[in-house]
Amino acid sequence: MDALNDSLFVTQFLNGIGLGAVYASVALALVIIYRTTGLLNFAQGEMALFSTFVTWWLTERGVAIWPALLGSMVFSFFAGAAIERLIIRPVEKSKNQLNLVIVTLGLFLAINAVCQLLFIKPGQDQVLMPLMFPGGKLNLIVIDIPWAIVGRAAVLAVECAVLYLLLQKTKIGLALRAVASNPESSRLVGINPGTMLMLGWGIAAVLGAVAGTMAASRGLGGFDTSLMQQVLVYAFAAAALGGFDSPLGAVVGGLIVGVARTLTVQYIGWLEGIDLIVPLGLIFVVLLVRPNGLFGRNIVERV
Amino acid sequence: MLLELRSVSGGYGPVNVLHGLDLGVTEGEVGVILGANGAGKTTTLRAICGMLDDISGEVFFDDRDITRDSPQATARRGVAHVPQGRGTFGDLSVDENLRLGAITRKDGGVRSDLDRWYEAFPRLAERRTQAAGSMSGGEQQMLAIARALMSRPRLLLLDEPSLGLAPLITRDLFARLGEINRTEGLTMLIVEQNAGLALEIAQRGYVLETGSIVAQGTAEELAADEDVRKAYLGF
Repeated sequence: MDALNDSLFVTQFLNGIGLGAVYASVALALVIIYRTTGLLNFAQGEMALFSTFVTWWLTERGVAIWPALLGSMVFSFFAGAAIERLIIRPVEKSKNQLNLVIVTLGLFLAINAVCQLLFIKPGQDQVLMPLMFPGGKLNLIVIDIPWAIVGRAAVLAVECAVLYLLLQKTKIGLALRAVASNPESSRLVGINPGTMLMLGWGIAAVLGAVAGTMAASRGLGGFDTSLMQQVLVYAFAAAALGGFDSPLGAVVGGLIVGVARTLTVQYIGWLEGIDLIVPLGLIFVVLLVRPNGLFGRNIVERV
Repeated sequence: MLLELRSVSGGYGPVNVLHGLDLGVTEGEVGVILGANGAGKTTTLRAICGMLDDISGEVFFDDRDITRDSPQATARRGVAHVPQGRGTFGDLSVDENLRLGAITRKDGGVRSDLDRWYEAFPRLAERRTQAAGSMSGGEQQMLAIARALMSRPRLLLLDEPSLGLAPLITRDLFARLGEINRTEGLTMLIVEQNAGLALEIAQRGYVLETGSIVAQGTAEELAADEDVRKAYLGF
């Protein structure tokens, strides 16, 4: 029993799952926007950062962490939808994907700067997010798992379940998938693609709020405006690994990338400090070997 | 007239494809638009559905001006459009495709309509859970039509339904369309290269050349017209 708990491998594996839950949430957000808009949203991490500051701002005003997160999720939904409607859609009319990518890069910088301006007082580097989960460990017969990791995994599981039900079991989910599959035909059956795109961005922003708040709520100390930058790179690796059009792939990819990160850093000493090589290497290898990712579909259509 | 186009011009960007087009379809009848490639047949259907960048003139559906309505608004009014190349949702299942056809309906009859069209198209029932994109061209065409019917449309627009289909399947398809028109009284406007088959089930026909109507009449009149026969029927 103790052997399991003392094993560095097990400890780092569990840490990897905890990190992976955050990467998976951001990767899910990336995949949802990619599937509906066909766009890699480089601003996803910073959108999540802003949401995270909203959670923190609420906790600073005496709201408990969970209600604060809920408030931030509601805010993020509308903010995400507004970004699609007011910033992305006007540029989309030019029908040039490159313009859109540039806009999301611009958003990345702009949102980061706004966060610094609004939430970080001069002379202060970091702010502290309250813990979401109790300290201590869950005792499971042969192994003790920190509640923080159990909690993050549970949050990820709830996200997956809600997304699955929304996308597969509701009319709105069917309409969302229809727009992702064939925008022109979805208009011909009476769906307004614009509404669905706003919805997609809103959902992605909510996932970002959860991911960012989980990332910031850690025992190690505070967070600053760089919180989501590494996370975004790992989430891109997760989405590439899973396949950019597969929500399931994003989750599996996120967990794999998280575990890969903690284990490589543990066992390959010289990676300490330059561990961003891990996701970059993963992205490179996946693109070489399996460009569609583990779960991505190579769409073959008969005509 | 259920559908009426009055001197409609328009096209894509700076290119005008239609030049003062007049045509109409009465409730309950099948109209057919004949014409060579590039004559503007597809553009005519897109004009009806609000899918052109630029349009002038008037499109009336059910005595209402829909010229500048969005495709989704026109679809909600009861115009179902089966585009060229079928426009199925390739990575969604057959069942999901059909349910999408009825996605704007609020009545409780969707379930029974599903059963009904599955009965009419048993091939689709067999492939209920299969991805639409993995089916053959003929099956996808049936799916596209069944999906359009799921919306309980008042007007069905069909763009080259025979495209890429084997002759026997095309014949079967038109027989079914004729039957649906007779039994349901569903109004249709069909764009078709296969003039013989289309005129068999149509009551009214138009011949389109470089964006304007050059001949029109009842299906019998057109089928008997020397020029039309030479140009589109091949005898």
